[in-house]
Amino acid sequence: MAKMTLEELRKLRNEKQAAIQKRDIEGKDSRIVIGMGTCGIAAGAKVVLDTFLEVLDEHKLENVSVTQTGCMGLCYVEPTIEVLVPGMPDTIYGNVDAETAKKIVEQHVIGKQLVTDHLFDRPAADIIQKDGGR
Amino acid sequence: MHIFICDFLLDIVQNSYEAGSTEVFLTLEEDDTLLVCTVEDNGKGMDEDLKARVLDPFVTDGVKHKKRKVGLGLPFLVQACSACEGSFSLHSELGQGTKVTCSFPLNHVDTPPFGDLPSTLLALMSHPLADELVVKRTLATVKGEGGYELSKRELTDILGQLTSSGTLNLLKEFLVSQEEDLKPLYVPHSPLLA
Repeated sequence: MAKMTLEELRKLRNEKQAAIQKRDIEGKDSRIVIGMGTCGIAAGAKVVLDTFLEVLDEHKLENVSVTQTGCMGLCYVEPTIEVLVPGMPDTIYGNVDAETAKKIVEQHVIGKQLVTDHLFDRPAADIIQKDGGR
Repeated sequence: MHIFICDFLLDIVQNSYEAGSTEVFLTLEEDDTLLVCTVEDNGKGMDEDLKARVLDPFVTDGVKHKKRKVGLGLPFLVQACSACEGSFSLHSELGQGTKVTCSFPLNHVDTPPFGDLPSTLLALMSHPLADELVVKRTLATVKGEGGYELSKRELTDILGQLTSSGTLNLLKEFLVSQEEDLKPLYVPHSPLLA
């Protein structure tokens, strides 16, 4: 890949914008928040961020918001992430690795089904596996 | 454990963001045998007293995590630098900002692997507290010299907010292409066993 200039980036951006506007805006208003504190980084949160972006790209989901936050205080089940999808309960997953991240996109964001074996917090105590599947 | 040099950078630059900086400079100067990293911010800085204590792993201001003794991640960096006989220095002035400099000899057996720089820069650029991050990466080896410079403001001018998956993937592509351009200059590092 040749080194991209800012001008080329702008051009790509404009092309992509046009394509997005034509397409149905699936994934809009969905949010993935990744805990990226010292504990998260040490447990592999950056790989999880990379995987989320890759899998979202594979499924052509351009409008999912992917943001970072600091330590969520659950240092013992890092990497932790929060997923907010319209029509689904706000969910915190623990011990998320690359494989789980892929599952969360395909099963939770797209399929609207909880990934129960990594649920750490919410929606209800009785379906949460102890320590988010640790 | 932080495995890669990039993990330390990700961690340390976030401290600058959280110190209320409006500008953070990350400089990576690499040659055949040495990588020198500098993180400089114009955040709230530290007074002499805090500066003296901050390398203790359990020192905290108690604001972010009440009742927990977690620090700034700096002790991990100090440990990694000293393990491979690199250097570490910390300059800070209250109300002015902080500058962390560290270096890693690239042929030491205990030097952490560099890690994935484009994805680290992506995480740093898209961090919600990042106002301005200027990255200067240079590489000068026997094979030649190269480098690139990035500014978050410049990138958001083009891409808009760095939050949606489509935008982030586009930015990733851009960042990967910058580093790819330097690949012909990479040299292998073989640890010198004493």
